[in-house]
Amino acid sequence: MSDVIVVGAGVVGAACAYYAARAGLDVTVIDRGPVAGGTTGSGEGNVLVSDKEPGPELELAVLSNRLWRSLAERHGGNGGFEFEAKGGLVVAETPEVQERLADLAAEQAAKHDVEHTLVPAGSLRDYEPHLAGDLAGGVHYPQDAQVQPMLAAAALLGHGARSYGRGTLRLRLGAAVTGFTRSSGRVTGVRTTQGDVRGGAVINAAGTWGGEVAALAGADLPILPRRGFILVTEPLPEPLIRHKVYTAAYVTNVASDSAGLETSAVVEGTPAGTVLIGASRERVGFDRTTSVPVLARLAGQAVALFPALREVRAIRSYCGFRPYCPDHLPVIGADPRVPGLYHACGHEGAGIGLAPATGHLLAQLVAGQEPDLDLSPFRPGRFSEEDQ
Amino acid sequence: MTYDLVVIGGGPAGVAGALTAARAGLRVALVDSGARLGGQYFRHSAVPGAEPGLGRFLRQGRALGERADVLLRHQAWSAAREPDGTLVVHCVTRSSSAPGGGAGERTVAVRARRLLIATGAYDRPLPFPGWDLPGVLTAGGAQALLKGSGVVAGRRIVVSGTGPFLLPVACGLAGAGARVLGVFEAGVGLGLVRQPLLALDKAGEAVRYAVGLARHRVPYRTRQAVVAAHGEREVEAVTVARLDKAWNVLATRVVECDTVAAGYGFVPQIELGTQLGCETRHDVDGSPVLSVDAAQRTTVPGVWAAGEPTGVGGWRLSELEGRIAGLAIVAGHGTAPRTAPAPSTDAAAGPRGDLTTARAPAPGGDPAAAAGRPGEQEMPGEPEVPGELEMPGELEMPGEPGEPGVPVVPGVLVRRRARWRAFGEALQRAYPVEPGWQGWLRDDTLVCRCEEVPLARVREAQDLGATDARSVKLLARPGMGWCQGRICGYAVSCLAGEPPRPPRRPIAQPVTLGALSESGEASDRAPADDPPPHPNPRRSS
Repeated sequence: MSDVIVVGAGVVGAACAYYAARAGLDVTVIDRGPVAGGTTGSGEGNVLVSDKEPGPELELAVLSNRLWRSLAERHGGNGGFEFEAKGGLVVAETPEVQERLADLAAEQAAKHDVEHTLVPAGSLRDYEPHLAGDLAGGVHYPQDAQVQPMLAAAALLGHGARSYGRGTLRLRLGAAVTGFTRSSGRVTGVRTTQGDVRGGAVINAAGTWGGEVAALAGADLPILPRRGFILVTEPLPEPLIRHKVYTAAYVTNVASDSAGLETSAVVEGTPAGTVLIGASRERVGFDRTTSVPVLARLAGQAVALFPALREVRAIRSYCGFRPYCPDHLPVIGADPRVPGLYHACGHEGAGIGLAPATGHLLAQLVAGQEPDLDLSPFRPGRFSEEDQ
Repeated sequence: MTYDLVVIGGGPAGVAGALTAARAGLRVALVDSGARLGGQYFRHSAVPGAEPGLGRFLRQGRALGERADVLLRHQAWSAAREPDGTLVVHCVTRSSSAPGGGAGERTVAVRARRLLIATGAYDRPLPFPGWDLPGVLTAGGAQALLKGSGVVAGRRIVVSGTGPFLLPVACGLAGAGARVLGVFEAGVGLGLVRQPLLALDKAGEAVRYAVGLARHRVPYRTRQAVVAAHGEREVEAVTVARLDKAWNVLATRVVECDTVAAGYGFVPQIELGTQLGCETRHDVDGSPVLSVDAAQRTTVPGVWAAGEPTGVGGWRLSELEGRIAGLAIVAGHGTAPRTAPAPSTDAAAGPRGDLTTARAPAPGGDPAAAAGRPGEQEMPGEPEVPGELEMPGELEMPGEPGEPGVPVVPGVLVRRRARWRAFGEALQRAYPVEPGWQGWLRDDTLVCRCEEVPLARVREAQDLGATDARSVKLLARPGMGWCQGRICGYAVSCLAGEPPRPPRRPIAQPVTLGALSESGEASDRAPADDPPPHPNPRRSS
């Protein structure tokens, strides 16, 4: 019997398990597939503070950014997951947009101590020598960082299992959760395709599939897939792009409620030498069919930002499904309808970045401590009518 | 414009399918990445006559050139369906006269109501220590050099692997003047004895190769294989091992050589089909192949497949399947819906599995298709391959006159296909890949050459929680490089302990971002026009 069962071996589940083990709890992580087999394995590894409006999510992101840094330092500098404090550069196509970017940055700094530097058009190439020449300026965010998300999930599980005593953190892969066991209304464990697993508490970290897991416990959680494509180029002999570079449209798209296709240029290099190009957002269910028009738009936007990419080849593309909640906020906390059940899902496109803070705060909650941040904006019951 | 049919692949299956449809009056385009028709098997230099069937294939190719748009040096990187149901094949091609200069790469979108996937197969190598040294080639690669450019890969060559394909490779190299030091067949080459009737068909060929090897004094050894290659900068020697039944090493010796040609069968190339959502099945050897019905239709309306993508079986089977697909496509032409994202109402072949009759083409359909009784058309070229016995009654045409059905595919083709299919499956059974090869690897043996991933990193990924090939790839990067796992994918699946999964390659071939960005414009529908030789009229603007 474990103190905590974590459903989902993606980056959020791994962070929950890591911090629970660190808090002295025995943890069992269950996943129907391998480690990082869902949305974690389809991401870019963003650890961003730049793309969030002031508010509870940015507060969570700032805490998480700090935690990623300390995790990396604690485990060999790059954490075993290619942590790179590369910084972000948001660029503006027009002076009006640059003004809006500057206002946003000022507000982020005033309310959440987010660091930034305004970059006039003439200085953009000091940051990114290959940027197009027709941009109006930008904002540099030194705190933005990147991790390799699959390695991050695997490393957190590995560190958790090794650092806090043998048997503290166990992994059961290939076991799909089919239901919950209960005793006098309280969750006492999960049923899986490999038998029942008993636990004092269950954390639902099933990401885009978190709604389905919640439904097994009779709880409604409105999490929908929001599809995104990423293009990957051939490895370049010399790094062409130093920061995570994106256009201002990304910020509005992230916050948009549209079901239709939205794209904005997000371009960055990786330690493997490839360049990752995003980002598209569509609500089309779990449809994996590749859309050539979407890939064409992503390619066109990247070339517009970095003309040198025109002759660089795309060699791969992949898609993933962000777990999207109607208010774009994750679900973090105890489910008031199902005693013993906690949720840590619905992080949309920010799951990698927000994972450590989510895990840390939930571990505090499960261990009976006061969480460092107010979790009420993320409460699971907020979608039901009684909560309004 | 929108073609009636676009065929991807200019090998035996694609050419037969395209020609069958073109002869019946359909507007057909065929795209192929090569500079000439032929594919892997009929990759020919200016010297015809070397391969069985080559003369016949060349005649078919010439006939096709007169009746269809043959787009060579066009590499298809995507097959997709547009909102109105039209199928579109996105290709890249290079031309020196391209506007904009640079790499000269431009995109061409070829649209059609029907699609025939005839993309063949590629070599299936297995890793071994030293296989990344210059001088180690795939068996198919060595043959391609010889056939395509007349280049003999080396002077002292060792051929190793499993399967009957090693024989023509060795014979070709020896015949071209190389010293072939041995053919090392990891399995037992006599597996076909258990299929005596099937072996009959190939007996002539096998005898020819045996004679060829004997003439050049090339030793043929079974239960032996190259398990390591050695050399400073290039191959200088190999370790040849005697193997047990499971391919574990029993004893070794060193053979000095400058070239290794190794091949362990073939991987059907199906990613354009999986891009479109075609269902797959596992072939006898575990390879994912496209599921097709008796009319060679995939599970996606309007999409057919023929040749190795439906199961490796050699050029004769490929040609038959191409013809059958062509006939079925012709029969359905004019009756079939033009918009097809909905479940199939395709009338090509009546109930699944019954392809001998189809509804008569509707009035207003293609007159050539309606009048041609296309099933009776013979392919140009030689009479049927000697050694194939016609059984009494085989040529009878099913379908009663006066009935609403007309013959689609003569029974003889159907039965011949069944025989060659059984033969291909028997070969797969006779030459399995046994698991002992994993013991040939050392911790530092590269599993993925593109990303330089050694075996140790694969094992680390498994320790980190990678329980399948995909998560091994995500954590350790094998298959993430230039070839997208075409070379290492089979080996990684074996190491992960699962049969190979259908490929997910939304971009089937590398394409420059500049060209890719223009593929979006191509998706805005252009009005019908007479496009060839440049099928994308919007490109010039």
